[in-house]
Parts: sequence; C-alpha cells; structure tokens
Amino acid sequence: MSLQVQGLTVYYQTLWGDVRALENATFTVADGEIMGLAGESGCGKTTLGHSLILLKPPMRFIAGRVTLDGQELPTWDMERMNAFRFTKVSIIPQYAMNALNPTRKIGKMIAELLESRKVRFKAVLPELKRRLDLVKLPPDVLNMYPIELSGGMKQRMVMVISTLLNPSLLIADEITSALDVASQKAVAEMLADFRDLGFVNSLIVITHDMSILYQIADSILVMYAGQLAEKAPADAIIHTPRHPYTRLLIASLPEVGVRYSQKRLMGIPGRPPLLLHPPSGCRFRERCPLAFERCLEEPPFVELEKGHFVACWKALEEEGERGERAYVEA
Amino acid sequence: MLKLDRVSKVYRVGTFGGKELRAVDNVSFEVREGEVVSLIGESGSGKSTIGKLILRLTPKTSGSITFNGVDISTLRGNALKEYYRKVQGVFQDPFSSYNPIFKADRIFKIIRDEFFPDVSGTEWNDRVRRALEAVGLNPEHVLDKFPHQLSGGQLQRFLIARALLLDIEFLVADEIISMLDASTRIDVLNLLADLKSRGLSILFITHDLSLGYYISERAVILYRGCVVEMGATEKIYHNPLHPYTRMLMASVPRLDRKWGKEEARLELEARPALSAGCVYYSRCPLADTALGCASRRPALLGVESDHFVACFRYTEAERVLSPARESGLTVPVEAQFSSGDKTL
Repeated sequence: MSLQVQGLTVYYQTLWGDVRALENATFTVADGEIMGLAGESGCGKTTLGHSLILLKPPMRFIAGRVTLDGQELPTWDMERMNAFRFTKVSIIPQYAMNALNPTRKIGKMIAELLESRKVRFKAVLPELKRRLDLVKLPPDVLNMYPIELSGGMKQRMVMVISTLLNPSLLIADEITSALDVASQKAVAEMLADFRDLGFVNSLIVITHDMSILYQIADSILVMYAGQLAEKAPADAIIHTPRHPYTRLLIASLPEVGVRYSQKRLMGIPGRPPLLLHPPSGCRFRERCPLAFERCLEEPPFVELEKGHFVACWKALEEEGERGERAYVEA
Repeated sequence: MLKLDRVSKVYRVGTFGGKELRAVDNVSFEVREGEVVSLIGESGSGKSTIGKLILRLTPKTSGSITFNGVDISTLRGNALKEYYRKVQGVFQDPFSSYNPIFKADRIFKIIRDEFFPDVSGTEWNDRVRRALEAVGLNPEHVLDKFPHQLSGGQLQRFLIARALLLDIEFLVADEIISMLDASTRIDVLNLLADLKSRGLSILFITHDLSLGYYISERAVILYRGCVVEMGATEKIYHNPLHPYTRMLMASVPRLDRKWGKEEARLELEARPALSAGCVYYSRCPLADTALGCASRRPALLGVESDHFVACFRYTEAERVLSPARESGLTVPVEAQFSSGDKTL
C-alpha cells in the first residue's frame, strides 16, 4: 500500500467560523495506481490534494492520519513536512505553468530548487536532459525564460521538474484544464508514462474532466461538498456508478455523437450546500432524486464490491436487496 | 444573415510594432437565420478575435462583415446602436463581466437607460422577469443580489437574459460554458438550443469538440487564423478530412472508448512554420513539398455538399486515396468528391 489516508479532516478558518472543506476522508492509493479525483468546483478536491503536502493557513488540520510507504506523514507540521516535500511527495499545483519564475532562466531555476534540497544540479543534469527528451522538449529550454515557451511546453516542463527526484506520490492538480485537446492528450499520456517508467510510484490526478480520467486513471474518486461520494475502478465509475451524484454527473456530460435534438442531456438542479454550516446527514440530499428519510443520517463510506466504495444509503439498500435475493436463491 | 468575406485581422507586435501577427487570415463563412455555427480551434487560433470583429470591439484589417446585407464597418451613431440591439455577445468569464461594487441586476438598468428610456418602470420590471424566466432563473432568488452572491452559471444566464431583453437576432457566445461546472453547463447549453429554436442565430466559439457537436448544425475549424475545414457538423465529425481536424477528433477524450495509440503531434518536434505555405505544414504528418504544401496556401474547396477543406490532398479525388493510405491514415472511400469543385 503506497498511500493510506485515514479520516483526514481539514477545515478553513474564516471570520465566520470553520468551513468544512474536507471531512473524514478515508481511502488508499496502491503502488503504481493512478487515482483520479473528480468533482465540481468547491467540492474539496484541491483541499484534499494540498492537505497531503502543504497544509498551510487558513487551512487547519483537524484529524486524520496519512501514511506513505509505511511512514506517517506529519502533514500538520509545516517544518517537518519539508523533509518529504519534492522528494517523497510532490505536487503540480493548479496554474503551475504560470508560476515559473519569469526572471530566471529555467535551468537556473531548477538548479536553485535542487540546491534547496541539497542535491547537486550537475549530478542530476544528464537525467534531466533525458527526461526533457522524453517529453519532447529540446535541452535548449534550460537556457530559455518561461515566456519563450507555449502553454503546453510549460506544462510539460513543470511535470519534469516536479518529478525530478522520483517522488513516491505525485499530485497533479488540473494540469490539463488550460490546454487544447492535442496538448491535453499529450500531457495526460505523459503522466501515465512517468508512472510506467518509475519516475513516480503513484499519482493523484485532480480534474473536473471525467473523460480525461477515464483515459488514464486506474481508479476514480468522486467528491461532493467536502466528502467522499464514491471510489471505484475507472470503468466501474463510468459504466456502473452506484452513487446518484456520480450517475447524474456522468449523464450530464456531452459527448461527440450526442446532439440536443436527438438526446437532450440534463444538468443537476440546485447547488451544492455552503460548507460553512453544511446540512447534517448526506450532503447531496437536497439535490438527490432518490433521497428518503434515512438520508438525514450521514451515510458511511463502505465497500460494496471489491474496490468499489460508496457513501449512499440507497446504494447500500440496493446492495442489501441484491444480497438477500442471492441468499434466497441459494 | 451574418456573412464574413475574406476577413483578416493583423496585429502589430514586437517592441516597436515592427512585426505582424495575422490573427485572422482571409476567413469567410456565413451564419444563417436560426442556425448555430461552432467556431472551433485551439488557443491562439483567432476564434475569439473573430467574435470581437463581429461585435466591432476591434477593427478589421481587410475584408468585409455584413449583417443582413449591410457592411457593419460603415455603421455610425444610431445605426451602430441599432446593430447592437440585434447583435450581442456573452464571454467566457462571467465573474469579470460584472462590477463587483454594484448589484448584478445593474446590467439590466443600463440596458433600459441606453435602449428603452420610454418604457415605464413596471413594464420594464415585467420584461426583466420574463427574460430571467426564459433563461431558467427564478427572479425572486436572483434579483437584488451582488455578483459574489450568485453562482457562475447564474451570472452567465444573467448575461444571456440581458441579451434577450434587446430582442437580439444574433448572439456571439465566446466559450460561455468553459468556466462552468459539468452539472450546470449542460443547462446553459440547452438554453442556447431553446433560443435557437425561437429563431436566434448563434456563433458558438469553443475549444471543446463535444460541446460543439451537441449544439451546432455547422462547424468551422480554425488553425492559426485560417479556416482549414468547414461544413455540416455531422460530416466534419464523422468524416474529418483535414489532417488537423483528424488529429483533433482522435485527441478528444471520450467515455465510450480509450485513446488510440496514434500520437498527438506537438508543436516542437515539427518543422518551422512557413509564411508562404499551408498553415498546418509545420505539424502535418502528410505534408509533401511535391504537392506544394511548403510553398502555396491551399484554398478551401468543396469535397461534398456542405463540406469544405483546405488541403492539397483533396484537390483531386485520385490524389487523396493513394498517398494517404501509404502513410497509414485511412481516408474513407465513400467520401464523395464533386467534380465541379466550388471554391469559396
């Protein structure tokens, strides 16, 4: 087991009280697994990604335990986490490609970054050049300023930098969002290649685009309003989702071959609840077409089939009925 | 209804404006009444510039844009105001379209002051309510609120409602749903479809191919300011001919099948871009100097009814089949090539 997260709860401190952005997240990412993390904006997916590496104010650690390769990560301690950042856990934050220092040549910037981790640039240079070649960037880019590169090139550059020290876990936050389809495909496939070549052990890919995750992820975790809704192998999430939210979300995605005049897609009515004072029970209750009395209680995140976790009373009930039927038939 | 004829836009770039950037290069297409046309291209392809040219937010360099037969660059004063009464735009980022200091419904008041000073207060409020209901909003919930109190989808629908108040005939929708969440974006898209069925023409600018397919009858594919392929949406999606369009179609992430092995060709590994030849020469897997790809610009030719492509591979039917097969790209044989090629 590469990454194990147990009951991770992170709030945002505000003047009006705590915003419950991430509550009781429990999941594992296996060795070599690419886990996609999907959900609407504000569902806590970025908070989850950041809380594994850079838990800084106004984020506040409330509870939970994170273990990476058998070692506990001191995520609540900014100082102690430093020993893990970039070497064990690395992140490509959202808009990272716009965060390259504009006043430094890229090579110089990488050298400074490595020095901060007490790694000699010269020693890494041959490997760096090999990896640049792998993502189809010429070695000259090291002598260029970020402004000289296109968006897709910058994104690939950032990918090489974040994985340079072969971290065990890489968190990639919305790295394909600002790119056009051709670069999107290239970048997403390179992520999978990085895993195959052993530059990173496992990956958490955060995006709102489920169709990209279907292409590269082994499993997909769907979040809603700060809580985990469903986690399953990618095929199961797309083809046999169990949580009503996942079902509605996937049904609302337009695809090539679907026309409004032939098949009119539907959105999900309503809005996610505010997380400052979230409702008790299932947070999707207000928008859920299947909601019933039981949903006033908070549903547990349980494994219905092997590797398929769902937090929904209705799904649990369906599963129970199925079990009973199997029992009666037997 | 709206017609672009060989429209170009050249920006002066460089420290002293010494260099030229052709953002839009000889673009011609037409949007008919009650029709949705998708304008598809990657960032930097000039698709937003075309939207701005139509809205006269930036002057064209050459060519002509006509709306119902009138050249829009000649419009001045009242005539221009009348034009804006019929043609409006909605843009990508709904949050930056509002002044955060004022309440969001101020945009309706501005429309009233500017276009309908004679309409009485109660009559106007009535119209605002009707427009909001038409875009699927409950007026009680959204009026009298500040922009930060409304969601992106609501703000975006506000902007469409604002356009509806003017009784518009043509809407430029520039990436209007790319900032919205999956669960709300389809509602805005359906709204556009409803408006279209009431006779509104829409230029739907997007980089997302599946959205373009969902809503439009016709599609225009842009690459570096040039139209490389255009025609009926079904024909372009099911039978893409230009190497660029093919590459786009193969790169679209889909839920019904995984990506093929063919590589998306990136900018850098390719040849340097040429000023004279085909715009796609530097990335094209089928580029062939013998055909003139490096020295001449291919014209947009009709290969079947309502399907045009700008590629030397498709000037004559015989040429299409053999070399394309050799290079591993299959060209559907059933593609019909009209002998009397119609040049646009």
